[in-house]
Amino acid sequence: MLERAHILVCGGTGCTSGKSNEIYAELSKHLKENELDKEVKLIMTGCFGLCAKGPIVVVYPDGTFYQHVKPTDAEEIVNEHILKGRVVERLLNDDKSAGTDEVKSFNETPFYKSQRRVVLKNCGVIDPENIDEYLAYDGYLAYQKAVTEMQPQDVIDVLKKSGLRGRGGGGFPTGLKWQFARDSKSDQKYVVCNADEGDPGAFMDRSVLEGDPHALIEAMMIAGYAIGADKGYVYVRAEYPIAVRRLQIAIQQALEYGILGNNIMGTGHSFTLELRLGAGAFVCGEETALLNSTEGKRGEPRQRPPFPAVKGLFQKPTLINNVETYANIPTILLKGADWFASMGTEKSKGTKVFALGGKIKNTGLVEIPMGTTLRTIVEEIGGGIPNGKRFKAAQTGGPSGGCIPAALIDTPIDYDNLISIGSMMGSGGLIVMDEDNCMVDIAKFFLEFTVDESCGKCTPCRIGNKRLYEILEKITKGEATMKDLDKMEELCYYIKENSLCGLGQTAPNPVISTYRYFKDEYIAHVRDKKCPSGVCKALTSYEIIPEKCVGCGLCKRVCPVGAISGEIREKHVIDPDKCIKCGACIASCKKNAIKK
Amino acid sequence: MNQTIGTPEQDREMQAALDELKNVPGPVMQAMQRAQSIYGYLPIEVQSRIASAFGIPLEEVYGIATFYTQFVLKPKGKYTVGVCLGTACYVKGAGDILERFKEALKLNPGETAKDMRFTLDATRCIGCCGLAPVITVNDEVYGSLKKEDVETILKKYYD
Repeated sequence: MLERAHILVCGGTGCTSGKSNEIYAELSKHLKENELDKEVKLIMTGCFGLCAKGPIVVVYPDGTFYQHVKPTDAEEIVNEHILKGRVVERLLNDDKSAGTDEVKSFNETPFYKSQRRVVLKNCGVIDPENIDEYLAYDGYLAYQKAVTEMQPQDVIDVLKKSGLRGRGGGGFPTGLKWQFARDSKSDQKYVVCNADEGDPGAFMDRSVLEGDPHALIEAMMIAGYAIGADKGYVYVRAEYPIAVRRLQIAIQQALEYGILGNNIMGTGHSFTLELRLGAGAFVCGEETALLNSTEGKRGEPRQRPPFPAVKGLFQKPTLINNVETYANIPTILLKGADWFASMGTEKSKGTKVFALGGKIKNTGLVEIPMGTTLRTIVEEIGGGIPNGKRFKAAQTGGPSGGCIPAALIDTPIDYDNLISIGSMMGSGGLIVMDEDNCMVDIAKFFLEFTVDESCGKCTPCRIGNKRLYEILEKITKGEATMKDLDKMEELCYYIKENSLCGLGQTAPNPVISTYRYFKDEYIAHVRDKKCPSGVCKALTSYEIIPEKCVGCGLCKRVCPVGAISGEIREKHVIDPDKCIKCGACIASCKKNAIKK
Repeated sequence: MNQTIGTPEQDREMQAALDELKNVPGPVMQAMQRAQSIYGYLPIEVQSRIASAFGIPLEEVYGIATFYTQFVLKPKGKYTVGVCLGTACYVKGAGDILERFKEALKLNPGETAKDMRFTLDATRCIGCCGLAPVITVNDEVYGSLKKEDVETILKKYYD
């Protein structure tokens, strides 16, 4: 029987933490009470992407987008929208039809309009825990096509022609990687998926695992056929419990359907898949460290060469790609290399998923064609900076990447442009910063991360980054000299050139790029002993502007250390020796009379 | 024979896990993950049991345990407060929130209170960047936090 309406509840990590499980249960209860459970289908999907507005519920066929839904709203959605056909206005998207009464489908809103969904096509559309829904959306058709109509080399040729490059960071051509793995001769080969998404601020891989796990399984099966491997491993972060569970369910269902296993669909091809959980080590995102960790060892990187395509997991030839790379592959095989290559720029084809975060209105996950400008991402899709603040920089590539300053906001985003301006694609985290963020502090934040996550195997990374961090600490405390800045720069290049693996080779990037574009801020910290953004506490002082102070006494009352003095209706003053720079006075002042 | 630790039931569960992993390639980390979910942490006795089950030196197991942040060598409190220090949370003030928790709990990150009620952790990105800044208390996620919310949240866990 065909249902007259579908209610989709977002089951991604963001919305789940906003109690979308309870919303689902409540909706289900009210549908049953009204005997609607036969004519209306309720589905828990993967991530819709607009996490800032979560929890999200979408009702089809009209595509009504309800935001910030609470479990208690379920009754009204069922009674009003489903039963009486009246949209629940108070839960609608802010972007609904400016000036008209017409309620637009969410696909028409600025956040979704400029997006092009290839990797995320099924996220927020199908129930990831039901293989039948994936099958209904052309699931496992690309695998069938590969195994029945194509030779393994044909599959690799399509990938080469499509121009797909690795989405995990480096941007190595995927087809070439597959070719190396195919050309290695061995009795046993492996296909591995890097789902150790450790970049702080990036969560696209998690969303694919949670929203469309079968796409990953299918792509790995295709890889197995193409390179001649019958065994695969998915190495996934243990910090992603929902992703792990859905992947387990998906593998189990694929086994039951005979999609994974021996002699799949009678084709003679066999493939099995196992999960391996990480245990919290950023360096395991580096492919050779990941292999060691998959073998159950310390996740220290290995010397390359030999590359994994020659000697990888358990010393056998191994193909490693990340989740987003794999998720592109079934669609490329079905729609063709030319279709894929028609999107993007000359050297970066297809789309890229970005995790928009930081000081931006529409935080969430967006997928856009390569070559889209940062301005489009920040201003149109992201909805701009909240609280009327000014855009200062965007950080891409996580701890390995760098900052894009406001002056370069019109740069088309692709692999090569990002490298040329001193950043990198990385896994696609895009953190927006406004005038209140101190760039030295941000560089220090990333360095602290890499110092903590350095595995300690090679000296430039283990000791060099620690020394680099200490210089940054001196700068933010106002104890550095101009000479330290030269030393800092020199050390950055030394670490980059001499480290063993990608972690160390890219660790100084946040420092290099912030120093390149925000040198004046570094100099302000060092020479003038000032933090222009008012972030570095040692360099900040609080002051009451006499012209604005009305003497209400509010700040005096909230100050935890009694640093503010003044009589009622008279100008107040802050004693800088007592002040601990907690910011309580600023938060309390109604006249904006206190400045940092 | 190694010393045993914990209840007989934990002991049986551990043995079952070790038997199950006997023929799996590269089993050590998996055994340790199972052990941690059984015992809540990795006592040295359990580490040496894993080492002898797979015929490797204890030093190797200990090396793995100290390499990964999720393996803990000491028992944790009843509630673990994890303050996310991922980039998105950091630029939205997670540092201040961590300070507030440090004050409220009188703990530094990684420490557990004497009464075993709370452990404070500064965690890596948990991927809820859309809700930044976020914290977790065991499996419960709290998003879009302000400094002032800290006490309200903690109050819930004093019963």
